[in-house]
Amino acid sequence: MKEVDAKVVKHDPNFKELVKKRTKFAWTLTISILVVYFSFILTIAFSPSLLATPISSNTVTTIGIPIGIFVIVFSFILTGIYVRRANSEFDTLTTKIKENLESSK
Amino acid sequence: MMKFMLPFLIIAPSILFASGTIDAEIKQQPLNISAIVMFLIFVGATLGITYWAAKRTKTAKDFYTAGGGITGFQNGLAIAGDYMSAASFLGISGLVYLKGYDGLIYSIGFLVGWPIILFLIAERLRNLGRYSFADVASYRLKQAPIRILAASGSIATVILYLIAQMVGSGKLIQLLFGLQYEVAVILVGILMILYVTFGGMLATTWVQIIKAFLLLSGATFMAFAVMYNFDFSFNSLFSTATEVKGIEIMSPGGLVSDPISAISLAIALMFGTAGLPHILMRFFTVSDAKEARKSVFYATGFIGYFYILTFIIGFGAIVLVFKNPIYLDGAKQALSGGYPILGGNNMAAIHLSHAVGGDLFLGFISAVAFATILAVVSGLTLAGASAISHDLYSSVFKDGNADSKIEMKISKIATVVLGIIAIIMGIAFEKQNIAFVVGLAFAIAASANFPVLFLSMYWQKLTTKGAVIGGSLGLATAVLLVILGPIVWVQIFGYENAIFPYKYPALFSVSIAFISIWFFSITDKSSSAEKEIEAYERQYLRSQTGIGIDGALKH
Repeated sequence: MKEVDAKVVKHDPNFKELVKKRTKFAWTLTISILVVYFSFILTIAFSPSLLATPISSNTVTTIGIPIGIFVIVFSFILTGIYVRRANSEFDTLTTKIKENLESSK
Repeated sequence: MMKFMLPFLIIAPSILFASGTIDAEIKQQPLNISAIVMFLIFVGATLGITYWAAKRTKTAKDFYTAGGGITGFQNGLAIAGDYMSAASFLGISGLVYLKGYDGLIYSIGFLVGWPIILFLIAERLRNLGRYSFADVASYRLKQAPIRILAASGSIATVILYLIAQMVGSGKLIQLLFGLQYEVAVILVGILMILYVTFGGMLATTWVQIIKAFLLLSGATFMAFAVMYNFDFSFNSLFSTATEVKGIEIMSPGGLVSDPISAISLAIALMFGTAGLPHILMRFFTVSDAKEARKSVFYATGFIGYFYILTFIIGFGAIVLVFKNPIYLDGAKQALSGGYPILGGNNMAAIHLSHAVGGDLFLGFISAVAFATILAVVSGLTLAGASAISHDLYSSVFKDGNADSKIEMKISKIATVVLGIIAIIMGIAFEKQNIAFVVGLAFAIAASANFPVLFLSMYWQKLTTKGAVIGGSLGLATAVLLVILGPIVWVQIFGYENAIFPYKYPALFSVSIAFISIWFFSITDKSSSAEKEIEAYERQYLRSQTGIGIDGALKH
């Protein structure tokens, strides 16, 4: 990026908005997935018997199975949430920044 | 159950004859015509695609990134395909078959890296780089040392991964098709060289997409057939399985026993994924950041779906394959008792395909397994070749002024050389215990590639000195701790106790990499370091917006 362009982009309010919103959003989602995953892994390490509890008295299916499937589905849903917002809101902001840069020339 | 393929030798290229005879005992096995026919159709179709792709691969950019014309959906399937190697299909279903729930823990670890790659890495990577992650790491740092470091990390990861795939493929094909081990390895190596040298990324991606589609369809059919047997009730599947193997398969077993191992494995799988060169390279094959994001979304969906299928397949195998006399390895049972299946636990999914779909479906799954190996090794080789031609030759040796035609020629030569190395290593490692190899590849990716890539994008004060020293220490620590750990030190060298007690070194090697990168960056007071810190702002602006991406990237 050229020096002059950098100045325009840096001071564009859309840029500030984009960075602020996206940074917050990306780290919130990252921390959610880390919390879910490490809770799962540390439960296995410290207290595996917890996951061995049957989901009801007359079944062999343990709660570990829906929890495991949940972690997989949760990962997928979070990526979906991110892509949805990034491909609409964030991309609109990026387009505005690019337009402002063009019109400043 | 082994179905062998004598006719394959008659109709296959003459190269097969050069490599010795087929074992006499294998000849007596029934022939698996359907597997042979289906595999030949796959090879024919993919060579056709390679021919088509070759005509469209004219520049270095076409060769590395398929001209940037892959859609998000296609790329998602291709990324999923890179992930769904024969090792993960057979290995994870085999682990579920053996230990039940533990298999699920492993597959979850492989999956959760994806959302993080999307949230923190994919976009910046796409906005800053052109062909390889080294483009990003060296964006504002000194080209030569960073490229050499990144290329070493990439090539080491690629070669280790290739060894694991080659040895696995040789054994699998030997078992499924009755080909001699060396013949199988050479065949895989030659087909891979053909795909990559002639068709570049375009052919490699389409081979991967077709295979991902076939594998997902086959695995879906198997899981569906298993569930059909149990009226689509998971509870009745699980209770039948526990009647066969005991209640302990329903809960965590011994896979991760202590917290350090658990965290270390989690870090290796998560950060390792974010440092695998053949995966990172795929983000440059799409037209823009929007498609890059979509590809992660589809990839996560396909991979997650695939792991749920392998879980059902593993349990299906417990019910339909375990103790089934057709699949029992009588000789092994006589020696050591129990109920060993032919070819070992990793063959559980293959036997299950026979149990639910007969010889025809077994043929299909065998052919798909072969195709899977071909597709994965092709992607790996292409990533390795681009590290050599783009990072080392063009950026370091030619200072970024290489002629596109010559650069492409170099990458083709590199492909052939890597292919030959893969064949030689595949044969050399036949009888070795290679369990540590994939773990080591992930450890290197997590400890050398990932910290440098991540900090170059996120930390202003990173300097060349910090990145080179820290990245090298991360790499050295990962290698050293794997050698001193239980798998190599005890199982391979035969010492009684491991010097380093944990199987997975990532927690330690990744920490060392991050800490030393930090330390050697903040103590770097040189004038070049000052400039590098200053250059961060413009890199940051581009990484956020994509403004300034090479015009050629946009289509």
